[in-house]
Amino acid sequence: MLETVAQAVINGLLIGGIYALVSIGVTLIFGVVKIVNFAQGEFVMIGMYISYFLATYFGVDPIVSLLVSMPVLFVIGVLVQHFLIRRVLGPNDMPQIFLTFALSLLLLNLALLLFTANYRTVHTSYSDEAFHFGGFYVPEAKLIAFAVAMGLSGALWAFLHTTDLGKAMRAASQNRDVATLMGINPNRVFCVAFGAALALAGAAGSLLMPFYSAYPFVGQVFVLMAFVAVVLGTLGNVLGALVASLMMGVAESLGIQFVGADSGLIVVFAMLLLTLAFRPQGLGGGRMR
Amino acid sequence: MLELKGVSAAYGSVPAISHVSININAGEAVGLLGANGAGKSTTLRAISGLVALASGSISFDGVDVGSLPPHKIPELGIAHVPEGRQVFPEMTVQENLEIGAFVPRAKAERARTMELVYDIFPRLAERKRQLAGTMSGGEQQMLAVGRGLMLKPRLLMLDEPSLGLAPVMTDVTFEKIAEIHKMGTAILLVEQNVSRALSLVDRAYVLESGRVIMHGDSEDLANNRQVQAAYLGI
Ligand SMILES: Nc1ncnc2c1ncn2[C@@H]1O[C@H](COP(=O)(O)OP(=O)(O)OP(=O)(O)O)[C@@H](O)[C@H]1O
Ligand SMILES: [Mg+2]
Repeated sequence: MLETVAQAVINGLLIGGIYALVSIGVTLIFGVVKIVNFAQGEFVMIGMYISYFLATYFGVDPIVSLLVSMPVLFVIGVLVQHFLIRRVLGPNDMPQIFLTFALSLLLLNLALLLFTANYRTVHTSYSDEAFHFGGFYVPEAKLIAFAVAMGLSGALWAFLHTTDLGKAMRAASQNRDVATLMGINPNRVFCVAFGAALALAGAAGSLLMPFYSAYPFVGQVFVLMAFVAVVLGTLGNVLGALVASLMMGVAESLGIQFVGADSGLIVVFAMLLLTLAFRPQGLGGGRMR
Repeated sequence: MLELKGVSAAYGSVPAISHVSININAGEAVGLLGANGAGKSTTLRAISGLVALASGSISFDGVDVGSLPPHKIPELGIAHVPEGRQVFPEMTVQENLEIGAFVPRAKAERARTMELVYDIFPRLAERKRQLAGTMSGGEQQMLAVGRGLMLKPRLLMLDEPSLGLAPVMTDVTFEKIAEIHKMGTAILLVEQNVSRALSLVDRAYVLESGRVIMHGDSEDLANNRQVQAAYLGI
């Protein structure tokens, strides 16, 4: 029994790392640009297809193709912010909601058109390998994904706390007008935040590819988890999103283990409702920590 | 050094200031006085580019400030300490000061300027690692002023630095401002506390309903009956 629980916790933490990459992106955009990006999942999907095609046609390992998917998505993020989001920023959030929602649908349908609804997989040398630690089973691909995800999350945290641009980003998220008085160009900071958030989504896509199938709707799975994590972890709080994502991975995994294979999400949403009822500000507190 | 010529600005269709003309010479301390809603903060926001000019022009050392995007204005050496402190609450005291020296003109000398700021405000030095949002109102005000100084400004604009401070803290704040002025920084001081302001500045402008209705030397204004009746309660 205890061992089953421990194994479920391990499984949950491993997938929670991927959820963290997606939710940190959502919370970063929300914290800095003050919009909810409903299309974040579709950028995970794009990352997956980038890795799929690089692996299938050029034999590039999906983990290595992160070096392509991240910069490509960073640039896409900067362009989306500069040419689309910037135009709808204002006191009214309805245009922003419709814009990112429309972007999500557009990308989804483009993917259906270009790539069809087929499931695409990449088989790597380590896809079926696993480590055995004292009776526990740890799939190699998932362990690599988790480790890289934690590394990237840490790198983002370090960027926000040790570089001038990162501090400028936090300043702009806390008070945009006063940040401008410090000589910070809000549009530039927003572009970098959006780009970084999409780069993390792209990384999540590449890291998933060795053990998960790419298909046009794949982003929906992850964006749903990300939104819950972002609320649980307090909107705009990077560290909170990270911790909440890991917790949700574990909750989902325990749900699958003990409630039923299709019931992982029940546990996750129960967590969300309980949190909103008893601690509506989220588990984090404060923002852009 | 700073010259506003016939500056008007509005929030939407509601005019906030009209035809305001002000000038400040290098190293001078100038007051901007007036009742609530007179347009003092709006004047500072117009200089900083946070509200767009409806008409008129602003120049600083011959540079047309009005044509610059707002984030380029601090680079000229204009620091604006906004009304109500507005420190970055989730950043430490030290990070707030670092951000104050974000622009290239200040970044190179950041460490040295920070020491100077810590000398002027020893309380900030004791609280380097504290989150700014958890400090007392007076401490936050010092931090806001210190953050403005990090720019190594040629003109420091202060919007009601004594707002909400206890009398002792107000005294300290005014002393510090005088100290900063003595080091050669020009000051544009917005204050409700008219008698205190007049004792610090060389000259002052009085705003009413968005227009300059009077300006002159501090002494003349302090002895002016209209000013005494309206602002000094004499
Ligand atoms: N963001 C805003 N939106 C709409 N109107 C505004 C805004 N800010 C100020 N105003 C209006 O512009 C006018 C001038 O306001 P301003 O803040 O410049 O006055 P002030 O002299 O600084 O007053 P106080 O001493 O109360 O700070 C006022 O009538 C005010 O209601
Ligand atoms: Mg004001």
